[in-house]
Amino acid sequence: MTREVWITGQGLLSPLGQDLNETWDRLSDEAAIAAAADHAFLPPFTVMPMTLPALDRFVPKRGDQRAMGPFMLAGCIAAAMAMDEAGLLGAEPDVLKQINLMVGVGGGERDEAVDEAILTALNGRDDGDVLAEQLQTELRPTLFLAQLPNLFAGNISIVLGVSGSSRTFMGEEASGVDAVRVAYERIQGGQDDLFLVGSAFNASRRDIPLLYQAGGFLLEDPALPFWRRPKAGMALGSAGAFLVIESRESAEARGAKPLARLSGVLNDRCRREPGQASANAAREWAMLAPKPGCAVLSGACGSGPATAEEHDFLMKMVQGAEAAQVRPTAAALGHSIECSFLTNLVLATKAVREGKLFPALTDDPVEAAPAADVTQAVVTTWGHRRGEGMALVERI
Amino acid sequence: MASRPVAVTGIGLVTSLGKGAEANWQALSAGKSGIHRITRFPTDKLRTTIGGSVDFLLEEPFSATQLSFALAKTAAGEAVAQSGIGTPGDFPGELFLASPPVEHEWPQRVRLDRQAPGQPHTYGGMMAAAAQAGEDLYVDFINGTIADRLADEFGTKGSPITLTTACASGATAIQLGVEAIRRGQTKAALAIGTDGSIHMEALIRFTLLSALSTNNEDPTKAARPFAKGRDGFVMAEGAGALVLEDAEAAKARGATILGYIRGVGEAADTFHRTRSNPNGEAIIRAISDALDDAGVAPGDIDYINAHGTSTPENDKMEAFGIQAVFGDDAANVPVSSNKSMIGHTLTAAGAVEAAISILTLQHQVLPPTINHEGPADIPLDFVPNEARPAEVDLILSNSFGFGGQNVCLVIGRNPD
Repeated sequence: MTREVWITGQGLLSPLGQDLNETWDRLSDEAAIAAAADHAFLPPFTVMPMTLPALDRFVPKRGDQRAMGPFMLAGCIAAAMAMDEAGLLGAEPDVLKQINLMVGVGGGERDEAVDEAILTALNGRDDGDVLAEQLQTELRPTLFLAQLPNLFAGNISIVLGVSGSSRTFMGEEASGVDAVRVAYERIQGGQDDLFLVGSAFNASRRDIPLLYQAGGFLLEDPALPFWRRPKAGMALGSAGAFLVIESRESAEARGAKPLARLSGVLNDRCRREPGQASANAAREWAMLAPKPGCAVLSGACGSGPATAEEHDFLMKMVQGAEAAQVRPTAAALGHSIECSFLTNLVLATKAVREGKLFPALTDDPVEAAPAADVTQAVVTTWGHRRGEGMALVERI
Repeated sequence: MASRPVAVTGIGLVTSLGKGAEANWQALSAGKSGIHRITRFPTDKLRTTIGGSVDFLLEEPFSATQLSFALAKTAAGEAVAQSGIGTPGDFPGELFLASPPVEHEWPQRVRLDRQAPGQPHTYGGMMAAAAQAGEDLYVDFINGTIADRLADEFGTKGSPITLTTACASGATAIQLGVEAIRRGQTKAALAIGTDGSIHMEALIRFTLLSALSTNNEDPTKAARPFAKGRDGFVMAEGAGALVLEDAEAAKARGATILGYIRGVGEAADTFHRTRSNPNGEAIIRAISDALDDAGVAPGDIDYINAHGTSTPENDKMEAFGIQAVFGDDAANVPVSSNKSMIGHTLTAAGAVEAAISILTLQHQVLPPTINHEGPADIPLDFVPNEARPAEVDLILSNSFGFGGQNVCLVIGRNPD
């Protein structure tokens, strides 16, 4: 059994805007893009922070607001926006029980002041007794829950009443693809009908950037051209992105309008020996078989050599019969790791509805294909370390 | 929809009771406890000093990532070998891994802090030290690493899935594998639940949620699922692995089938972050959906492998849910909790208990709920203290998580 999969709702928060339309408009605004980059928060690195919209509309209870950090709040708001557009926000419990929640995320924020206070008390010693005393006096129980990845989905269930199921995928960029892919496969295979899928990422924290800096991935020189940076080429960006996807039958029965068709989601991994990731991408491209002139919302992260390899792959799609119109959104929004794929899926949906893309984000020839009516958009993920995913979104 | 029967052709287990399915079964059927005093870090200042840590697999010190990987690799190696599927390093199917979220732990923070140039005891200082500190501080603490290493080790195909649904994670891993096989997307799946995350901060965080037992005097008596006087769960480590196969494909290659995953059900609770709705709605729905998915009635279930954490809240709500679904028959269905002996292996629990359910079917013996003494306040048959021979064809295995994630499996000796 293969069934048609429709996108019927979407929500996006980004460094450029507090919803999809604002983000879309500002992707055409060079000054807004430049202004979104923050060089002061974590010098010498570049971070793309975002400001959350007022919480009260979608997360009205103070208790719920306090139970979440910015990462979970961003997810909750983006999820509410997607449900709102799909006509599911505030639906009856019998409807909410039909909604399956699938997310791809990392962990929530730590209390950095507490960590620094404990490091001060430890003063470089591995002293278990001091650590035990400090942790027991400094930690707050609610913060633990705000850190657990599965509470990202748990909070969405609590705040928005979504109760069909709740599954949390982890594992950096690939986790976002996995969440959408498994939802897509379950709909297509007739195992379920209605899904809320999404992710979020908060770049304005220190523990997660610390991890990527230990790996040598963070961009120090923002002047370096996006596609040709060394390994230290990633500027992290905050995001929240959600989609409602469902079987055509489900949407029609609910009277929900399709925004676009999701026509394929693929994901694979390799050990990143030279050429392996390109081979995965080429196979996925062939399976999705987009039409010439399609848009490509690239999830390139900016870190070489992964991004350089994706560039070479995409150049062939630009110069060949595919005549692809490529946009590397991380060049404007920063890289949102787990949320990168979801962010680009939302933008792809917008692109096929608008029939066009925003202007080139870099002056690289990979973005130089002539503008053409966009009826199909390919979304790529080329994980900074692992994971090569691709999806196809089509105008209905 | 018509779906393909899913067979289990291999299982693997590591818990505080030992390494391997056979060693675990010997201990479980003898009613032995694996809970002991924690020696991995000083516990003098802690309210809980006991756990089901697995101390025999790696030389200390190690991170949660390293131990969780070692546990998963050990259990999966056993399961894959038993199944006889594929060739070493070439598993012909997908990987579904339930593993704990990871982040830097205190040894890593202190290590970075010691090297921080100029700004001691700050994230800024650690950030300045990070680039020279060693790649292990990155790769060992990103969430995709354990599955990535397992994919290399076993040669699984496709994007390796890492998932968490809190204490239901192990069951979710199995559920994802079952769904993929039923869709015909893969003929085989390696489903693993692993958890090696007993470190000081994790223990203290659960303590602050008042979730852990503080019955420290005799560690073996601390986990008392469903008993009066139960005062919390006992943190534990372990891994369970199952090789799942399209039953037709398994038969065609002459595999020995150990049992079948007959049904899966899930439901999310919208009530509270750590408590389930007092009406038990999501628990009841998860159990009912699993039974429906298997095409069986409550009366067909011979035994329930309970979530049974030993917290006052879980056990009360689980018993309530069982009574609601099974009605007048509830008292006649034996229910026991493996956690009375191995503690709560958290992310791994669903997979560990599914593997034990397969052993229960093979041996036709119900593992007991130990530490079940004194007057009972819940009128169910908890198989108290001693294993019991029984005819078992169909088992319900429950997993309920913090954050409201509930998953139930129906595991059978026969395909229908």
